[in-house]
Order: sequence, then C-alpha cells, then structure tokens
Amino acid sequence: MHYKSLAIEDPSELIFGISPKPVLTRSGMVIGGGTVYPELNFTLPPMKIDAGTMPEVRHNYEQIIAGALGRAAELDAPGVVIEFETLPPMTEHPAWGLEIAKILLEGMQQEACRSGLKSVLRMTPNDNREFERPPLMRRGRYWDAMLELFEGSAAAGAELLSIESVGGKELHDEALVNGDLAGSLFSLCILGERDMRFLWTNLQTIADKHGVKCAGDTACGFGNTAMVLAEQKMIPRVFAAVVRAITAVRSLVAYECGAVGPGKDCGYENPILKAITGYPMAMEGKTSACAHLSPMGNLAAACCDTWSNESVQNIKLLGGMAPTCYMEQLIYDCRLMNTARGHGKESARQLQRWFVESDAALDPQAFILSPESSVALARVIVNSDSYYHAGVAVARKAVELLREAYGQGKLHIEPKEVAWFDTMQDDLDELPESESEFIGRQLALADRSRFLPQEYELKG
Amino acid sequence: MNEQHPLTQAVVDGRRKEVGALVTQCLEAGESAGSILENRLVPGMMIVGERFKQNEIFVPEMLIAARAMKEALKVLEPLLLVAGVKPEHTAVIGTVEGDLHDIGKNLVAMMWKGANIEVIDLGVNVPAAKFVESVKQHKPQLVGLSALLTTTMPAMRDTVKAIRDEGLAVKIVIGGAPITREFAREIGADGYSPDAGSAVDTAIELLRATA
Repeated sequence: MHYKSLAIEDPSELIFGISPKPVLTRSGMVIGGGTVYPELNFTLPPMKIDAGTMPEVRHNYEQIIAGALGRAAELDAPGVVIEFETLPPMTEHPAWGLEIAKILLEGMQQEACRSGLKSVLRMTPNDNREFERPPLMRRGRYWDAMLELFEGSAAAGAELLSIESVGGKELHDEALVNGDLAGSLFSLCILGERDMRFLWTNLQTIADKHGVKCAGDTACGFGNTAMVLAEQKMIPRVFAAVVRAITAVRSLVAYECGAVGPGKDCGYENPILKAITGYPMAMEGKTSACAHLSPMGNLAAACCDTWSNESVQNIKLLGGMAPTCYMEQLIYDCRLMNTARGHGKESARQLQRWFVESDAALDPQAFILSPESSVALARVIVNSDSYYHAGVAVARKAVELLREAYGQGKLHIEPKEVAWFDTMQDDLDELPESESEFIGRQLALADRSRFLPQEYELKG
Repeated sequence: MNEQHPLTQAVVDGRRKEVGALVTQCLEAGESAGSILENRLVPGMMIVGERFKQNEIFVPEMLIAARAMKEALKVLEPLLLVAGVKPEHTAVIGTVEGDLHDIGKNLVAMMWKGANIEVIDLGVNVPAAKFVESVKQHKPQLVGLSALLTTTMPAMRDTVKAIRDEGLAVKIVIGGAPITREFAREIGADGYSPDAGSAVDTAIELLRATA
C-alpha cells in the first residue's frame, strides 16, 4: 500500500471546492483550489452507431457542445469540465471516438475565443475488454483499440484521462446477487487491484508522453451496480453500503499509479479517496438523476470539486436540449456552493453539514460516505498492509459504523435488512487471515468460464 | 400462512442439504417425479418469487431457494428423463448485440427456470441472427430480449424484426432500463417486463395466450 497516512484527517476539511493537492489545467482552471466547477457528461439519443450514422453522431456532438458551452458562458460559469465518455463502437473504432473528441475540443476552443470560457476535456474511453468472454485484460484488439483512443485523444488535447475500468467485474456481478462479501473482496481487492495497477501504469505512460494528466477511475461497475440493485430492492442497502466501502481499495490504485484527479464523477467512493490522497474529486448526486437514481443526492456534494450530471441523452426538453439544461442546473448547484465558500469557512461548513444531514440518516449508503464515515474508512485502509487486508478491514469498519449508527437511532434501516449485519459479520469472520489462502479458496469457487486467472497474474 | 408440504417449505427456506432426502421420501411414498416437480418444487419457487415481488426478500435469499431447487432436480432429472417429462415451455433469452449487461437478464432466466420453463441462455452481445438460429433450433414459445443502453435499443428492434421476418411463431418479451411499454409496442414485441420480479407473470400471461 502506497499511502500510509491521510491527507485530510478532519471531516470538516473534507469539503467541497478545496483539496490539498489541486489540479491546474492549461486554460487556468484550478480544480480543488477554492471553486467548484460544473462537469457535464452527455450521450446520444437512442440510435445506432456505425459508419452510416456517423454524420448524425457528429451532428449530435456538435449540437451538444455548442449549446451547453453557450449557456455556460451566458451564466458566467467560472470554467467547465466536459467529459466525453465514449460509447462502445467509438472505442472499438478509435478513429470515430477521436473524431468526436476533436469536435468537442474545437467547440471548447471556439467558445474560449468567443466568450473567454475556460474549459477542459476529460476523455473517458469505455472499457470494451469485457466484450470478449472470458475477457482478455492485457492484450487483444479491445485492449489495443482502447489504448489507441487514449493516446490519440491525449495527443489531440484531452487533458484529463479517465475510465470506468472493469477488471474483476466478471465475477463481481455474481457476488452481488448472491450477497457474497468474499466474492466481492476477491473481485475488488485481488482481481481489481491487479488489473488497475496494470491498466493505470499504461495510462500514466501515455499521459507522461503527451503532458496530460491521469485523472482517476471509478468502481462504477461494482459499487454503482450495487447501488442500483439496492435501489431496485434486489439486494439490501446495507450490503451495497459495505460493498461501496470496499470499492475504495480498488479505486485507490489509480492514484498510486500517478493519477492526480479530479476523480471520476460516478466514483461515489471518492470522499474516501480524497481523504487519503488529497486530490480533487468529481462527484454526482441529485443532478444526475437523469442517468440513475441514488440515495445521496445532497450528501454527494459535500466534498466535491467538480459537480457532474453523470450522463444525459441529447433529447429535447421544454427548456432546450437536455445537455444545455443540465449545464444550467450544474452551474446553479455550483454557484450556491461557491457563494457559501465566498462567505467564509464557517458558511461553507454550514452548507456541507446541510448536505450531509439531509441524507445521511435516511440510507446506509449515504451514511457510509458522510465526511465522518469517509475519514474513518480511509484511516483503516491506510493502516492496512495489503489490499486484501484493507478490503476486509474497511468492510468490517463499515459494518461497525452502520450497526452503531442504527443502534443509536441515527440511521434508518429497513427491518428486513437488520439481519444482514450478522450475516455480513459472520462472512467476514470466516475469511482467512492469509491472502494466499483466500486466493486459493476463491479460485476453487470461481466460475472459470467467466474469467482467466492468468490475466490477473494468478495461476489457474 | 398456509402450511406447505415439507419439500415445498424446504425449497422456500433454501434448505439445500435437506431437499435431496425429502425428494427421496416423496418417491418412496409413490409420488411420481413429474408430480414432485409440478406440485412440490415449482410451488416453492412461486412462493419465493411472490415474496420477492412483494419486496419481502432480496435476490440473494431467492437464489438460496433456487439452489435448493437445483439440488432437488439433481435427484429428479434422471427419473424425469426416463419418464419423458419435459418442461411444458421453452424460452430463449439473451442481451442484444452491442450490450454486455446481464444481471437483469440472468435474474429473469433464473426466475423463469423456477417457474419450470426450460431456458436457453444465449448470453450477452447476441446478434439478431443468433436469436433466429436459436429459435429455429429449440422451437421455444418465448424469447426474452434485454438491453441497458439507449444505443442498443435499435439492436432490439432489429432482433424482433429478424424473428418476425422469418415468420417464427414465438412470443417476444423485452426489458431493460431504457425500455418502455411504448417501445415494446412500437417494435412489435408481445410483452414488456419492467423488472425481473414481474418477468414470470409476463411470461405466464403470454404463454397462456399462446395455449
């Protein structure tokens, strides 16, 4: 484990707009330097993506960037982060993804010339490796195409590199629907950690070559899948909350390999990572309900450095095209936070408390990411001697925090979920101390048709 | 709560280690394999499915029951084979081309199996031609299509069209986060299931209409 201590020890300092290690962009934005910036993400309306529809695809992105940035300039945004999260065919055919990235960069440049609006592009190629089943994680056409798109977009001027990587996911979905904490730990802290290290070492090489920044990853396919399944009442919220705590161990690896933030928006585990690393973080909450529901719409803003909408389709709403409308919403959200900050530390802390208090008692997934919980969880991670032990320790701490808050009447838990505290505790108590023993045990249980151990430096 | 047959209750409770012996007891008492499946095991999974639909239990608890049923089937399957008893209905299911999401699809497959429907799972990223080929091969009464991305909804439309163009008499039910009843109607699907919990009801409704 690279990090041995916390960058932020005091929960009240785990606050929006300020990070111990801010990120400076070429256009002069200082992310984490005292201003919360809107971060807009968007996607296509229902349509096919192929060579024949590429003119329409291009038109959509031209329309999105012109409309959204125009509105940002009209509302005097202090700067904006534009995230281009590709769709699978755009990573499979890197030339298509690169073409769209250039359209966005050109739109950003034009708006900078027209109104002086500062902006930065976060490039997020989607991770297509799982198109192969079982996935090849370190080779093959999906790996090559993904790296080609990272390289091309970094060369073209995309300054922040991110991804929602999938290493370990091939076993994690099964762990989630089975309520299997050991399976989750194996996916996140053994497979996930190894894949993250390999992937982010490669991405850092690309970033260094082109003078851009690795921003960060997210355990979206793990923690957010759990959150959505809990929202759909398929798995217990307390289980999803504990899985969320474990995801921080996996996402941390990107920063160990050189990422400097802002962490990826849908990484709800980011407060824990900000406490550990001190790097700025993107977060999403109430203004990302267009993409998915969450139980922490306000709380998620408590320590954000950029504030995101996750993703919205380019469709017409009454107010205008959806990305333009969402740009406006994000700007107003950020204005409020920046105004509170402008009134001084106490005002900012008051708003931070309101963000937290309005959500924390109502859902275990919100509670576990409050500044207080995040710092407590971050501390057990940095005090651990391995990723496996960190995963187990942070899961134990999460169960302890949730159980204690429930016992003190500070947290609402549905009656049918309460028994899961004991179930999870028992599962954790049964885990071996030795990592190699744990790996051996999980390998014996794992469905080999779903994953290739050698892709994770494991012997089959 | 109605008192259930001990085997049915064991499935409901997910007592995997006990079901084998209970199946044997039923057989020794003269009950046929087909009757045990139809009257003891399937009702157990239907109770579990209903509890899940009513938000009384979670998927992990439902899967524990499914594993118990699977254990019982290990004992029964050879006998069912000899007796020539097969599930009344067959379904082909898959996530459409370009889409890798399979949690919802897997849950639907599991719930259909619990309702004694034989399920052919084609996996994820399944081209329309593969669905057509599978329908021709397995002759199911039901096809389930799943998609989670707005950009793979057109692949769902293509798949329905490909099946219809071949004139294959099969009911098609679709589902997934961006899917709506209106979209199902628009692309010519027969049914729409908003979640895994209601997928069994939708399937049974469509299959009854077929019968």
